Amino acid sequence: MIRFLLKGLLRDKSRSRTPVMVVAIGVMLTVFVHAYITGFMGDTIEMNAKFSYGHLKVMTKAYAENMSQVPNDLALLDVSELQNKLNKQFPGIIWAPRIQFGGLIDVPDKNGETQAQGPAIGMGLDMLSGKSRENERLEIQKSLVRGNLIREPGEALISEQFSQKLQVNPGDEVTLISSTMDGSMAMYNFRIAGTVSFGAESLDRGTIITDIEDVRQALNMYDAAGELIGFLPDGFYDDEEALKITQNFNAGYADSSDEFDPVMKSLSQQGNMGQYVSLLKVWSAYISLIFVVAMALVLWNAGLLGGLRRYGEFGVRLAMGEEKKHVYRTLIYESVFIGIAGTVVGTAFGLFFAALLQKYGIDISGMMEGASMMMPSVIRARITPADYYLGLIPGLMATVIGSMLAGVGIYKRKTSQLFKEMEA
Amino acid sequence: MENNSIIQIKNLTKSFPTGKTNFIALRGIDLSLGTGEFTGLIGPSGSGKTTLLNIVGSLDTPTSGEAWVLNHSIGALSAKQAASLRKQNLGFIFQSYNLLAVHTVFENVEFPLLLLKYNASERKKMVMDALEWVGLTGKVKSKPPQLSGGECQRVAIARAMVKKPSLVLADEPTANLDASNSHHILQTMVKLNEELKTTFLFATHDEKVIGYLRRKIYLLDGKVDKDELTVGSKQSTVSSEK
Repeated sequence: MIRFLLKGLLRDKSRSRTPVMVVAIGVMLTVFVHAYITGFMGDTIEMNAKFSYGHLKVMTKAYAENMSQVPNDLALLDVSELQNKLNKQFPGIIWAPRIQFGGLIDVPDKNGETQAQGPAIGMGLDMLSGKSRENERLEIQKSLVRGNLIREPGEALISEQFSQKLQVNPGDEVTLISSTMDGSMAMYNFRIAGTVSFGAESLDRGTIITDIEDVRQALNMYDAAGELIGFLPDGFYDDEEALKITQNFNAGYADSSDEFDPVMKSLSQQGNMGQYVSLLKVWSAYISLIFVVAMALVLWNAGLLGGLRRYGEFGVRLAMGEEKKHVYRTLIYESVFIGIAGTVVGTAFGLFFAALLQKYGIDISGMMEGASMMMPSVIRARITPADYYLGLIPGLMATVIGSMLAGVGIYKRKTSQLFKEMEA
Repeated sequence: MENNSIIQIKNLTKSFPTGKTNFIALRGIDLSLGTGEFTGLIGPSGSGKTTLLNIVGSLDTPTSGEAWVLNHSIGALSAKQAASLRKQNLGFIFQSYNLLAVHTVFENVEFPLLLLKYNASERKKMVMDALEWVGLTGKVKSKPPQLSGGECQRVAIARAMVKKPSLVLADEPTANLDASNSHHILQTMVKLNEELKTTFLFATHDEKVIGYLRRKIYLLDGKVDKDELTVGSKQSTVSSEK
């Protein structure tokens, strides 16, 4: 009987090929869009983590409250000790001290007079100790446009756009004009080691990167850091894990009212990253739900039209003595077969297109000019294990629901009515 | 129910709701059919012959009265029991053949046997026997769209007869056929009726069919108008030809 029904299904293209194509297209879109969203949003989250928020961030309570202003006068002190404590308490997590600062970059001419000046956002990173792997994390080697990485104290990298604006080249000297931790004026000379382009407009506009020890010296922040950034062992942000660690750490300072005590925040607890992380979490469910509903409606209609065409067949089968229940059940079996076939085909195509997007990406840097949010300038998909089975939800559920709805007609019509339609 | 009756109908009424009123299709029908009959329900459109055939075929139920088919009260059957009655004992032949277009002749005839769960070798033998009765053994692998109207109806007869049912219900079986094919089909049915003792009940207003009937039940406005046995039907010609 199953073979008989299968033969009919395979031979009747309108019952097999067309629905399989509809399901495959829906599944392909689901898989592709999921991989695309995961890639784009995941990259955005990781980029923000690497450059700004970390997976975890330790600051003073006072600094945390005014984090958007980067108040270095409220920075952490005795950072080495705190870092040792964190390494013991949370082994596996990599901690890196950072100082974010703002200032003016002054470019002198041959006579030492100002030739060009521009506002800069600075990042003091641990570039020379070799402990925190900041070079690898920020992929600075890949981002290097001209010159070299920072090899010795007193060197700095500036963004390529910024260097062109200021007309400075690797080897030139520039002066940072800023304010120290104590609020007095700071001036510090750097030699440009190289220029970088990160592909994120907000970073490429006017960034200067230096070794943290130089910044400490420039801003009188000895063994201090605005932030201690933590990265989870497997390199990807895991919100649940990050929140657990945060709770664990903060519990140790819960009773203290000292505003210079450290506090830990997860990425999702900083800025508007929480919404972003939540969106990424529920995105698969949203996509699946949308496609399940949309495809169920499409397949319901297709099923109704196909069902009307098949009432003749149902009538004959009922006349032969098949029960309505059995006819209905075989419709569901057919839809399961179609759903699985469509899911396999759709998943294969969805993964194929996602793999292309993962490998080649789409350059959107032209659209990112002036953007303040840190977003990757090349959109790439990211294929995750979920993409291999996610399509089953819309592929199978929508097909079965569509068939179930369409097949209700078999029950609603009297057998003799099916006969009249059969004879029509 | 009388012991020798295959169908017994008593005071059968069937009405259908049409808006606020009811349309009465059958009014107090009393009938009895014995085993091996070759009988027709004859009447114009709207006389109730298809409705009566549907009730006898357990595809519909009486509004009032009783319809017994093979010792089963149609009105009292559950959907499952009705399906079982059709599966085991009834064969249907339709005006427009209603073959499954994507399946071969063999598969179409095989279908009732699949429902009855015969094994493959039994099915093959029974299907080939049935196709031999209707002279279509050479078309086993053909599909309905490749066949003529007459051939399609012969496949439909083979499908109805393959399980050797006690009763075959044929609703206007020759309506879509030309005279030559109609006679061929009817002669085939007469032969099967005589050889297998299968009871045939037709719903028809086709003179060609009426000519072959041994018993004619005339329906008019949902009532039995006339019930007559025929002595000089074409069956005698068929018999004599044999």
